[in-house]
Amino acid sequence: MTALDAMPWWAALTASFLLVLGGLITLIGTVGLLRLKTFYQRIHGPAITITLGTGCILIASMVYFTVTQSRLVIHEILIAAFVLMTAPVVSMLIMRAALYRNQYDSRVVSARSVPNPEQELVERGALQPERSFAGDPVNAHEGRTSPRS
Amino acid sequence: MKRWLPSPKLSVALLLMWLVLNQSLEPAHWLLGGVLAIVGPLLARPLQPHGYGYIARLPALVRLLGMATVEIVRSSFNVSQIILFRRSEGVNSQFIRIPLDLRSPHGLALLSCLINTTPGTVWVDLLPERHELLLHVFDLHDERWWVETIKTRYEQPIIEVFEAPAPPGQGGQS
Repeated sequence: MTALDAMPWWAALTASFLLVLGGLITLIGTVGLLRLKTFYQRIHGPAITITLGTGCILIASMVYFTVTQSRLVIHEILIAAFVLMTAPVVSMLIMRAALYRNQYDSRVVSARSVPNPEQELVERGALQPERSFAGDPVNAHEGRTSPRS
Repeated sequence: MKRWLPSPKLSVALLLMWLVLNQSLEPAHWLLGGVLAIVGPLLARPLQPHGYGYIARLPALVRLLGMATVEIVRSSFNVSQIILFRRSEGVNSQFIRIPLDLRSPHGLALLSCLINTTPGTVWVDLLPERHELLLHVFDLHDERWWVETIKTRYEQPIIEVFEAPAPPGQGGQS
């Protein structure tokens, strides 16, 4: 660790503090995946990893390399920019897929318990389902089917 | 000029990205970056069904991003606290609906990125018939507060950023 010895104490302190903080935040985000019970809660766990965890580690990297190489190293900003531009899209897609699956499941259950010819046709793909993709996810979330208007 | 550089800001951003990526200011990299800055937007033009966004007020955008950064750090710690110290059953996760006035597709894209980046909230869908935003909140205390916050702290600044200054007498500030 010769590079670390050559660092001034304030830079070493800042970099290690940020690394530990970023690592802890990432760990907490992962613990969230384990501890939270429903899917809709679990999706919020990794969000802190993406933002604060990545941010701390990238700033630590910038501080470390800027000090040890004695020049401005800021290309980590690009990593941050790309992560911040792509991660929201991914979480939105996962959320929508989960909602769709949830609604599809509840529709299948209701079709089995209450015989309904239209539902069956929709299931077999003979009828286009109406666009009620996010019709009433509040109810679908709790496993009830939404009343059709 | 307009034909070769359909969006000068995008070109400048691409050139800067190239220089930062290579960590060098040599003439060769300026040249390569310049080619990228001209060819990139031309190739990407068919992928932009709504055209390029027009940023009417840059200071408002900077202020908005600063506010969002503070908000992200704050809610990161809130979410960490909930994950560590609360039981999963006690967390009140809910879907809420927020009526939106924002219509610009670029504004909506920015709003969705900001909301999804902030821990604790996930944008789910835009209900097209009433133009309502469906939002999932990790720990809901007060639905009214969330609607107010999203509308005044995020939506109003974004409208300000993307829409040309309204003629005097029509400014609907709230």
